Amino acid sequence: MANTSYKARQARRIVIERTFGVSILALLLFWLVINFIKSPSQFAEVSLIGLSNGILYALIALGYTLVYGIIELINFAHGDLFMLGGLFSAHFIALWFHQTKSSPMGWLVFFLALISVMVFCAGVNVFIERFAYRRLRRAPKLAPLITAVGVSFMIQFVGLRWNGSGQKTWNSVLPSGSLMLGSVKLPYTTLISFAVTIPILMALTFIVTKTRQGKAMRATAQDQDASRLMGINVNRTIAFTFALGGALAGVAGLLFQQTRGLTSYNLGYQLGLIAFTSAVLGGIGNLAGAVLGAILIGLIQGLNDGLPIGLGQQWSQTVVFSILILLMVFKPAGLLGKQVTEKV
Amino acid sequence: MAISILKRKNKKQKQSASARSWAISMTLIALGIWAFFTYLFDKTPDAVQSWFQVWLPPSTINESLVWVICALGLNIVVGYAGLLDLGFVAFWAFGGYAAGWFMSGFFNQVNIHFGSMSAKTIPGIHLSFWLVMIIAALIAGFFGIIIGAPTLRLKSDYLALVTLGFGEIIPQVFTNGENIGGFNLSNGTKGISPVDAIGIFGKRLGPFDLGWKFLIYFFLAACMVFVSLRIRGGRLGRAWLAIREDELAASMMGVPLMRTKLTAYAVGAFSGGIGGAVYATHVNGIFAERFNFSISIILLAMVVLGGMGNVWGVIIGALLMAWINATGLPAIGDTFNNTFHTSINFPSYNFLLFGGILVLMMLFKRDGLLPEARIKMISHENDDETSNTGGH
Repeated sequence: MANTSYKARQARRIVIERTFGVSILALLLFWLVINFIKSPSQFAEVSLIGLSNGILYALIALGYTLVYGIIELINFAHGDLFMLGGLFSAHFIALWFHQTKSSPMGWLVFFLALISVMVFCAGVNVFIERFAYRRLRRAPKLAPLITAVGVSFMIQFVGLRWNGSGQKTWNSVLPSGSLMLGSVKLPYTTLISFAVTIPILMALTFIVTKTRQGKAMRATAQDQDASRLMGINVNRTIAFTFALGGALAGVAGLLFQQTRGLTSYNLGYQLGLIAFTSAVLGGIGNLAGAVLGAILIGLIQGLNDGLPIGLGQQWSQTVVFSILILLMVFKPAGLLGKQVTEKV
Repeated sequence: MAISILKRKNKKQKQSASARSWAISMTLIALGIWAFFTYLFDKTPDAVQSWFQVWLPPSTINESLVWVICALGLNIVVGYAGLLDLGFVAFWAFGGYAAGWFMSGFFNQVNIHFGSMSAKTIPGIHLSFWLVMIIAALIAGFFGIIIGAPTLRLKSDYLALVTLGFGEIIPQVFTNGENIGGFNLSNGTKGISPVDAIGIFGKRLGPFDLGWKFLIYFFLAACMVFVSLRIRGGRLGRAWLAIREDELAASMMGVPLMRTKLTAYAVGAFSGGIGGAVYATHVNGIFAERFNFSISIILLAMVVLGGMGNVWGVIIGALLMAWINATGLPAIGDTFNNTFHTSINFPSYNFLLFGGILVLMMLFKRDGLLPEARIKMISHENDDETSNTGGH
């Protein structure tokens, strides 16, 4: 008797949740359609901006998702690593190699900077893992999380010393014009962001799915003890994962600094939060999910900020986090994540 | 020595004699500090006075008490129930704006006076300070339940994230709240200032009545201590601890998970609201840009540094960190610069200091300054296995 009423209640609850979820989606669609009808060209332009933001978020989100996938840690310091990458590339290109405009030499330095910033950020991330997180691997979950917050503060301090307390603007070595597709402007910087990011994402997929090291990563993510018994060097595998995540954050930092032309010590916190939200949106621990979530978040943010009927930029953060909270309520596993029952 | 006494106290918590003795000693301490600053301070030599102005000004003492109130609230959520909350600033903001709405001339469309000492002709809602405390706590508690109810069935990491999101949304709502559908909710970045003076015994407490304010804040903080200790020993508190230590086992033993977690959330939010309203009276205004993520983090750091779950530890953590933030760092910096003729900007090091404290504490003294016995056992549960991670 009690059992059936419980089931009925459960069923009713699912129906209510579904209806609510679907109506939110319908509302979203309605908003998009209205805006599209109002001015299609602006819609396309804003979506492109959103996409180019999204691909940056994807690079950062991948770092979060890789680390979470392997040691279940929300690495709060990751966003700040991105900020550090931006600072490093700004100094590398503008101050150490004196490149301030687009030229063949500028391109060469850009690629040199790409490689150096990847190495630099990977190194910093591995260093952090070695000295802060490794000792806490078996501690209660709160301990590494708070350590991550502490590390984030320390990196922000480095940023504050390096960059000063305000925003700094930099000249880009990337060409500044834009391609006209009909009436829609497509800036070269967006194209270059895609040209840099897509091969890197493909390389990452290759590393994780096809190589021995990638197999070790996946095994470690599933069960550390079992993989240790199989002869996998767990510490090295985790360090490698941090290096991968760090390198991606470095690329994101370089691209952000070159396409937006600014650096600031507290940039990492804001973008890191958004990137983490995207990782969760896609299903944390899932690489394709992180990219999908990031592009969706970038698009939504771009559309909200730029469309004629929207809440505007000052509500950007609120929109992103409302999406996060709604998603957590309706689909905690994320868009592509699998629903897992808690292991006992 | 002090620690062992406290531990023994913890064990014998139920004995009312020890409870009464700490209540009496707390009252004596409060009255002592109050009497010193109100009556004796002017009579002490100038050197002593200037020492206090540099190292321990009365306003810092009052501000630390605000932090104590909030940290004790967060301690119930994080320390007792084991739910990580990274958005506590939202409740602080609700409390602050409750004070702004109900004890200032902000809503000048109406003219409501109740128990307030301000002149009846001034428009706005002017309620008594004590009533506003209750309203602030209820508003914050209500939103605690609103945000908790749909999200508390999530796993701990996700819960942390949702609270983080909540802590970002609410301050932004208040920052942009100048014009929400034509309604001025929060006066945007300009903030609401001033708030009404606290009225007590027919006396209006102006900005320089720090002694009286100290007594009021101390009283509220002591109430929080009392509530924290009493709940902990009771049925609800034991249910919280059980959930913190093993959720599954607790639910098997018949602890209603959702309801218990939600209560922890509500009680935490409740005190956050009180803290926010008290802070508004302390700084005499509500300013939207003060409500940011760093408040949530500093509160969490206070709880962790002092010793999660241990009320006395949390108090020490809160007093220590609040003091460092408000007075300690600049004062140490000035002394250092004057002694060695350097010009190092010490307050700019607070990122490094806070980050360093958090990391080092987690690495070397995970249980905090005054660890709670049960937390100590849990956090070293797996220590015998750590030797494995060192190898391959």
